[in-house]
Amino acid sequence: MPDLGQARRGVLGGVDPSSGTGMLAVLPPLSRLIFRGRISTIGRVAAAFGVEPAMEPCRASVSGERAALWLGPDEWLLLARESEAPDLIEKLTVALAPLSFSLVDVSHRQVGLKVSGEHAALLLSAGCPLDLDRQAFPIGMCTRTLLQKTEIVLWRIAETAFHLEVARSFAPYAWGFLEQAERDL
Amino acid sequence: MLLIDCPFCGKRPELEFRYGGEAHIARPDDPSEFGDKAWGQFLYGRSNQRGMHAERWRHVHGCGRFFNALRDTTNDRFAATYKIGEERPALPEAQGAVEA
Ligand SMILES: [Zn+2]
Repeated sequence: MPDLGQARRGVLGGVDPSSGTGMLAVLPPLSRLIFRGRISTIGRVAAAFGVEPAMEPCRASVSGERAALWLGPDEWLLLARESEAPDLIEKLTVALAPLSFSLVDVSHRQVGLKVSGEHAALLLSAGCPLDLDRQAFPIGMCTRTLLQKTEIVLWRIAETAFHLEVARSFAPYAWGFLEQAERDL
Repeated sequence: MLLIDCPFCGKRPELEFRYGGEAHIARPDDPSEFGDKAWGQFLYGRSNQRGMHAERWRHVHGCGRFFNALRDTTNDRFAATYKIGEERPALPEAQGAVEA
């Protein structure tokens, strides 16, 4: 058996994550679950996960190190510490047992990037078509959208900081694009 | 940039959406009883409307949902968007009418 732990490589390939001037960072690994279910399932998710999934469109709810991001009217991205995924899947599966739902571990499908600094919104606007003014895109807002040619999940975690989720195969592209945009600011 | 009013997410840039063809075309309950001509009409017959057109859109790079929209094909203006399953909204005459 190959030792898969040994084979773990960074998602950015040859890119040096410290090459930016400080606005960009790669976030540490996380547990990521895509939960889909009807409104009647939300109470059970809240009890098992410890965070009540937001019912308001495009909003994230946070409790401690866990977060539930609204992605669609029956779809949420659940974030937790890296080691927690197997445990969470079991807990949620038990709690939701009699109901119809879908729960998929996508921890390794995507990677988290952080864009922060006074001009974070301006930097993202180089490739994101949304209005990122804080009136239009307040703290706690999250949504799937586009960054130039790649789909991302964009989440404003502070006035001047955004959490991005990007598919790991597109991470070098997103990183390279943001780095270029940062140089052009 | 053209903004489209997703019934779930609100006004969002056109880039996030995909067109999904004419709306309100129901699949026959029993295709085997339907006859070739009628089946062909179901598959390929479309109103090809000049003016206000009911059509499906999908917010593919957003909430992922399909919804319906009324769009004027002569000027690309969206008059209304509504959820799948809802009735086609009635429009005021002035908005809905387009000179032939
Ligand atoms: Zn939407």
